[in-house]
Amino acid sequence: MAKIVGIMTTSHVPALGRAIHLNLQQDPYWKPFFDGFPPIHEWLERVKPDIVVSCYNDHGLNFFLDKQPTFAIGTAPELISTDEGWGIPSMPSFPGAEDLAWHIRDSLIRDDFDMLTCQEMLVDHAFTLPMALMWPDQKWPVKSVPVCVNTVLFPLPSARRCFKMGEAIGRAIASFPEDAKVLVVGSGGLSHQLEGERAGFINKEFDLKFMDSMVNDPQWATQFSDLDLVEKTGNEGVELLNWLVARGTVPGPVKVVHSSFHIPISNTAAATMLLEPV
Amino acid sequence: MNRPQKRTIPGAPIFDSDAARRGYALNKMCYSFNSKANRDEFVSDEVAYCKKFGLDEAQIKAITTRDVLGLIRVGGGVYFLGKLAGGVLGLDMQDIGALQTGMTKDEFKAKLVAAGH
Ligand SMILES: [Fe+2]
Repeated sequence: MAKIVGIMTTSHVPALGRAIHLNLQQDPYWKPFFDGFPPIHEWLERVKPDIVVSCYNDHGLNFFLDKQPTFAIGTAPELISTDEGWGIPSMPSFPGAEDLAWHIRDSLIRDDFDMLTCQEMLVDHAFTLPMALMWPDQKWPVKSVPVCVNTVLFPLPSARRCFKMGEAIGRAIASFPEDAKVLVVGSGGLSHQLEGERAGFINKEFDLKFMDSMVNDPQWATQFSDLDLVEKTGNEGVELLNWLVARGTVPGPVKVVHSSFHIPISNTAAATMLLEPV
Repeated sequence: MNRPQKRTIPGAPIFDSDAARRGYALNKMCYSFNSKANRDEFVSDEVAYCKKFGLDEAQIKAITTRDVLGLIRVGGGVYFLGKLAGGVLGLDMQDIGALQTGMTKDEFKAKLVAAGH
């Protein structure tokens, strides 16, 4: 049976792509963020997940406003990294975990989540950067299932709905008949705002409370509407919805394997957590 | 059409249905910057490229004057504008932040650092 072995949540700032490309991990500006990853590398080496289910948001690569799904899942055999216009070098493509992806897709739709299904899929930095942070040699030892949440066009799916979709993904994984160790990734956030007169807004207090809630009160943030989240975490802080999807997949308690938080990376309060089901 | 009053958050423009309708041509042009050939074509003649995508005068003016807040007012979504700023104009997010807040880039960066204290 498939089993969730961990949840890894992290920020996915585009400038990280450049920093990785230029090997700036030890540069004083970047070091506080990259230093969060050696403990995660050790854990990956020990636990060896087979499949990543990555909950993230596309920023105008696979989807444009001509067709903007609220929730989408990639069942493609190959997930392709390519030019996304932000100047981030592309990465080797990622093998899709097709059997699990189709199983989750079928299960979610039967569970009332109306997924858009992608049999071809381009993946942008929100998907690729967490992978490159976990496996810096970019030789992917896992297959992947991308789950995409709209954070582009408001209204966004509510935090409550995102958490519930995570729960449904968790049920789907638990009912997958093949043996597989699954790592769930939540990509995005935490507080940041790129646009408007309030650009540069960061809310450390909220972020720390949110990170605590991932462990001690997972549904805490589901009380907030999309606009509440903009107010409290900045326009792009809403990407924490991906963390809620990821956290929802584990019904019981979790323990913290690793947690780090640093302000700022680019305009972002950069946070990373690795959680293990208890 | 009478519509309910929208909730607004000071300094935080929301990319909602109205913005998506207003900005479709502009955002579609920015989406095209996923390709280097298109970025190069834009650089070789900005106004001609804008017209090819059907941008209106206000949108073209916001492009040519690098008016970031103006681009948002005419319907630009930040994830699309980011492709213009980063991929075409070579600006980073602190440049963009400084342009919108009237700060120097160093002041804007200092504000980010201060948020961590
Ligand atoms: Fe993002």
